[in-house]
Amino acid sequence: MSISENTANNGVNVEALIGAREALSEAPDAAKFTWRATCKWMNGTHSHSVVKGFYGLGEEQNHRTSFEFDADHPEVFASEDNGATPVEYVLVGLASCLTAGIAAVAQYRGIQLRSVQATIEGGMDIQGILGIDSDVRNGFDGIKIHYTIDADATPDEIKALVAQSQKRSAVFDIVTNPTNVNVEVN
Amino acid sequence: MGAGRKVTTVIVGAGHAGLAMSRCLAERTVDHIVLERGGVANSWRTERWDSLHLLTPNWQSRLPGFAYEGDDPDGYRTMSEVVAFIDAYARAISAPVETNTRVTSLSHDGDWYRVETDRGAWDSRSVVLANGACNIAHIPRVAEGVPAGIATLTPMDYRNPGQLAEGGVLVVGASATGIQLADEIHRSGRPVILSVGEHVRAPRVYRGKDIQWWMDKAGVLDERYDEIDDIVRARKVPSMQLVGTSDRKTLDLNALRDIGVTLRGSLAGIRDGKVLFSGSLRNQCALADLKMNRLLDTIDDWARENEVAGEVDPPHRLEPTVVDDAPALGLDLASGEIKTILWATGYRPDYSWLNLPVLDRKGQIIHDGGIIAKAPGAYVLGLQFLRRRKSSLIDGAASDANDLADHLLSFLAGSSGSARGIAAGQVAWRSSILEQR
Repeated sequence: MSISENTANNGVNVEALIGAREALSEAPDAAKFTWRATCKWMNGTHSHSVVKGFYGLGEEQNHRTSFEFDADHPEVFASEDNGATPVEYVLVGLASCLTAGIAAVAQYRGIQLRSVQATIEGGMDIQGILGIDSDVRNGFDGIKIHYTIDADATPDEIKALVAQSQKRSAVFDIVTNPTNVNVEVN
Repeated sequence: MGAGRKVTTVIVGAGHAGLAMSRCLAERTVDHIVLERGGVANSWRTERWDSLHLLTPNWQSRLPGFAYEGDDPDGYRTMSEVVAFIDAYARAISAPVETNTRVTSLSHDGDWYRVETDRGAWDSRSVVLANGACNIAHIPRVAEGVPAGIATLTPMDYRNPGQLAEGGVLVVGASATGIQLADEIHRSGRPVILSVGEHVRAPRVYRGKDIQWWMDKAGVLDERYDEIDDIVRARKVPSMQLVGTSDRKTLDLNALRDIGVTLRGSLAGIRDGKVLFSGSLRNQCALADLKMNRLLDTIDDWARENEVAGEVDPPHRLEPTVVDDAPALGLDLASGEIKTILWATGYRPDYSWLNLPVLDRKGQIIHDGGIIAKAPGAYVLGLQFLRRRKSSLIDGAASDANDLADHLLSFLAGSSGSARGIAAGQVAWRSSILEQR
């Protein structure tokens, strides 16, 4: 496929992404990014997080504005439900990452999207986090995502968009593969 | 450094690629020598497992001026048959091979390449690296976490299941090598867990014809490196899941699952003696099924346009790869379930002897279709998708060697694009080298 023949418009600047890929393959240090968030305890299980700055392309960067997130637990956990639960943020992260990827891959492949809808659910046995049964893990025992996509493409081409998006997704990788986590105090 | 023996071109490696180049240079009256660390077809002789058969059918090993003439064109050569075939080729073309001559260093000094070997030095105007793409078995860094008590080996060391301890075997990697060894080892009574990452699925026979026949006929194998979207990506695509057997069986993940091989995701890490598998198995299989169906669509389109319908069976599709709902994500190496880990995680060329500034930050040669611009007069052959999709096949050597021999000849004549900057006064002198033979 040649990009110049691409008439699809999903609002993704593929030329810029391809340009970035070419530039960064010549300058791999500029490809090293650090993403950040700060998190402040409010009360009970309620916390308030802010995302603003990150590092990339060799220097400090900022979002256009700061983004703020309240996390809490629902009332069935005897909490005040001031925000989504942290595990729901993980689902949001995964679904939004895959959805962004679908748009980018579709643009690159010249496929016009009309609508993309995802429902995502993660199963969890809370005997793990409650310490009832040490054989039960804390996290999800599995995640299911269902996409409904309307696009100018065959069913297999649409499946290939979703598959390729998983292949290139940061959050899919984070969720499916282990990551070292270092937590320091004071 | 004393003077070496002088020759116009040194070819490193007397496998099918180096010999094809030898033949192409001989046709162009370029005097040359082929340096081989062992015997002709050394890797095929010494670095393959016992049961391996070539993945391409007999008819499909067409070397310059040489082809299969036996009565089993659709069969797949054993390794000793491959060695005999390449040996016969070396004799047929009277290739000037120096066997048991290991190149220890290749460097550049002025207009000459200096090729040091364990049997003396050669000085040459040009060099062709035909030492192969599979000199070193690649082992991922996570292997450092394998606890003591678990035996590990690579396909380079593996010969047959008999050399493995009784008990379970974790085979890491599901390309042609991994699936063949998983099949053979599991059938030997050693239960196999197969760790599956990115892979390329294909039927051995499609519509009554070998998949290689279709890819050859439909021009898929002739696709050029400068005509496809993403050559960097194409050069990294894993080998197709194929095996060469007399019953021409398809060996895919479904077939392995049917005999009891356990499928797991790619090996994401080893932590505290526990293997962690990725949760991406389902997507890896979906990608491979979709990719295979695109290939079969291409074949069907070609068959329709070229009216071969009468000669072949009707189109069909394979069952999608069956994946468990929740494949286990961990494997405790202390449990005794696994005694051996076999790393079928790819091969790399060995350039440890190459003292030329031509490698990228990943240690791979920077080249344009085999032409090494940073070292005018140096060429590389036999790498994946070097110039065509078939470049790494025996059948791919002929056209690549022809193209590069043409370029080499024009380099020697001083007229090549990538030999720009060579002083005009050197041209006549360079031509005289050609005539010294």
